[in-house]
Amino acid sequence: MSDTPRAMRQPFGLRLGSAAFLAFWCLLAAFPIVWITLMSFKSPVDAFAANPFDVILGPVTRERGNGLSVLDIALGLVVLFFAIKLAFSWLPGRVKAWSPAGQVWAGWIIGAMAYGVAFIFAFFLVLPFILGLLNPILGPLGTPIVGLTTEHYQTIWIERGFYNNFINSLIVVGGTVTISLTIGTLAGYGLARSGSNIAFWILIVALIFRALPHSVLLAGYLPVFVNSAEILRPWLGDNAPTLYGQPLAVIAVLVSINQPFTIWMLRSFFQNIPNELDEAARVDGCTHFQAFRWVIMPVMWPGVITTGLFSFLLAYNDYLITALLLDGTNQTMVPAIAGFFNRETTTTDQVVAVAAAVSIIAPLFLLVMIFQRQIVSGLTAGAVKG
Amino acid sequence: MKFKTFIWFVGPSLFLMLLFIALPLYAVLMGSFQVTQPVMQTVEVESCSAGFLAQTCTTEVRTIPVLDEETGDMLTTTEWVGWLSYERVLEPQRAWAAITSLNYGALMQIDFWAALRFTLMFTFITLPLVIGVGLAIALAVNNAAKSIRGPIIFISLLPFIITPVIGSLSIYWLFVGDGILTRGIENLLDRDIAMFAQAWTIELLMLFYRVWHVAPFAFVIFYAGLQTVNQDTLESAIIDGASRWDRLKYVVIPHLMPLIVFIALIHLMDAYRVFDEIVGFRAEAHVTSLQYLTFNFLQPDDAGNRAFSRASASSMLTMVGIVILLIPLLRRTWRDHKGSSH
Repeated sequence: MSDTPRAMRQPFGLRLGSAAFLAFWCLLAAFPIVWITLMSFKSPVDAFAANPFDVILGPVTRERGNGLSVLDIALGLVVLFFAIKLAFSWLPGRVKAWSPAGQVWAGWIIGAMAYGVAFIFAFFLVLPFILGLLNPILGPLGTPIVGLTTEHYQTIWIERGFYNNFINSLIVVGGTVTISLTIGTLAGYGLARSGSNIAFWILIVALIFRALPHSVLLAGYLPVFVNSAEILRPWLGDNAPTLYGQPLAVIAVLVSINQPFTIWMLRSFFQNIPNELDEAARVDGCTHFQAFRWVIMPVMWPGVITTGLFSFLLAYNDYLITALLLDGTNQTMVPAIAGFFNRETTTTDQVVAVAAAVSIIAPLFLLVMIFQRQIVSGLTAGAVKG
Repeated sequence: MKFKTFIWFVGPSLFLMLLFIALPLYAVLMGSFQVTQPVMQTVEVESCSAGFLAQTCTTEVRTIPVLDEETGDMLTTTEWVGWLSYERVLEPQRAWAAITSLNYGALMQIDFWAALRFTLMFTFITLPLVIGVGLAIALAVNNAAKSIRGPIIFISLLPFIITPVIGSLSIYWLFVGDGILTRGIENLLDRDIAMFAQAWTIELLMLFYRVWHVAPFAFVIFYAGLQTVNQDTLESAIIDGASRWDRLKYVVIPHLMPLIVFIALIHLMDAYRVFDEIVGFRAEAHVTSLQYLTFNFLQPDDAGNRAFSRASASSMLTMVGIVILLIPLLRRTWRDHKGSSH
């Protein structure tokens, strides 16, 4: 604070007010998410208890024999701390060393997956086993103090088959992100490098498409998708598919709906790459496409990753399109949770639904943790740079 | 870049947008003037039941759908019905009767007008709140020590990144009958409350949810904008004796003005589409929005039929609404674009 000029310094009251406001906002932002996470680990009586401390400490859950002792918490935190530390210090070096040159991104995907599996193995299988041996020996340190149970997660994932929905989500989201980035980068590059009027009008029309409520388009898709077997029969014969309920059809719809946003964002990233770079490549005898593939794309990865994140969010968070275009057998996670509403008659069902909700947002939490910088840069890319 | 190369680059994206956005739009426009229904025929049916001495027989005239002789499917016809579907959605006579007799309650009985009222109210109340709260957080973070800014941005991003249906559900579970906050408020006020039993409390929660969800977006953009405020201008304003408030009003806010317009544009588009909250709060019995109206028409009813023509009509009306809302902002962007190019 000493380097700020005296006139710029703020009175104590203002600083206090601003800090208090910030603390209040952080509480407001995190509270609902933290609270449902807590609820999902408690037995129904504790999850909907009137006393907030009962929800945090979970006495009923603890009496049923599901709880964490001081030792559990201490050891768990230590393992967690080292896992995160390793992920940021040891893992990047290993990935760089093992992956072939130029394919570091593939190395990252495999490395992150392997690390995740190793972590789950160590944290959820090895650690409980060791603790199960240690806890009875240690007396007071080993008796449970905080109630915690994973039974609702077991119910949702194993008994109710939520893993099916998870796999469907994976297919739809993976397909959407891949196709939308492939097509979007081509279009974004073309639009950024062409100063013609057509490019300008395509962008304006895309902006208008961006504003369309999705239900408008759905009213157009549904009749066609439901009857597509009959409509396509003249061309495809008897094996014409019914598009309704097909993940592929949903992927195509999601890709197209996200295209306007994707091309706007990628175009603004491409514009940051100086034109001289393509010109140099062209002088060396590259075609436009070669210049794009071998010169521009290698420096474009940050922009592609950022746009990919937003495509991921749009596809992963979607309810309206997946709820209407997919049927029960291949439902994705977000519409599937709406199916639990109807069963939600007892408080146990309600906590199971809470566990499902937390399962859905857990990957998003990881995503923000890893890609915070890219998300912020993506949000500001469209606005600040024009 | 030559036109031919340009088309090679843009082609796939353009093709998808034409096939899945422009074509459906056209289909919806056409569909809103047509009605497809099964072909019906009236037949005389004689049904007899056993009786003593003689059977008791009755003949009645029934209306049954005509079946295709080969496949056994129902035959359907598509008719051009003009504005009929629009009339069914808008119910102009009932609405006009309600307006002339100044009967607000009767107007709100019609689904479309109730949905329109909520959607517009929702959009215009959240707009200034999102901009205000976003700006306040940005100023406060800009004021905070550098070391804690990262964690604060991380926490702030959570409401924005979270799945909208899950986000509204998480608030729903706090305020549900035996949720923690309901219990807390009941203790404070010493009376029973039910947040999801009447429309106005649900609307209040929806407004809160939307501001909670979108304010981080506004915050991140304003925060980035605040980093580029010209420090020299600020210093000269201090020398000229401008108070803290004056500096905010005459230096910072004008600097952020393009960003405010940008956020307003995006927020108008998104808030007008309000839908996920209604699913999350299970509010469909009390409050609906324009998007939910179409969604409801598109859902199969008990007999498995979907009201496609009414859905098309209501979605065309929804689209007209967003175009009207965006015209002032688009005109402004257009003027800026022309102004900057000259």
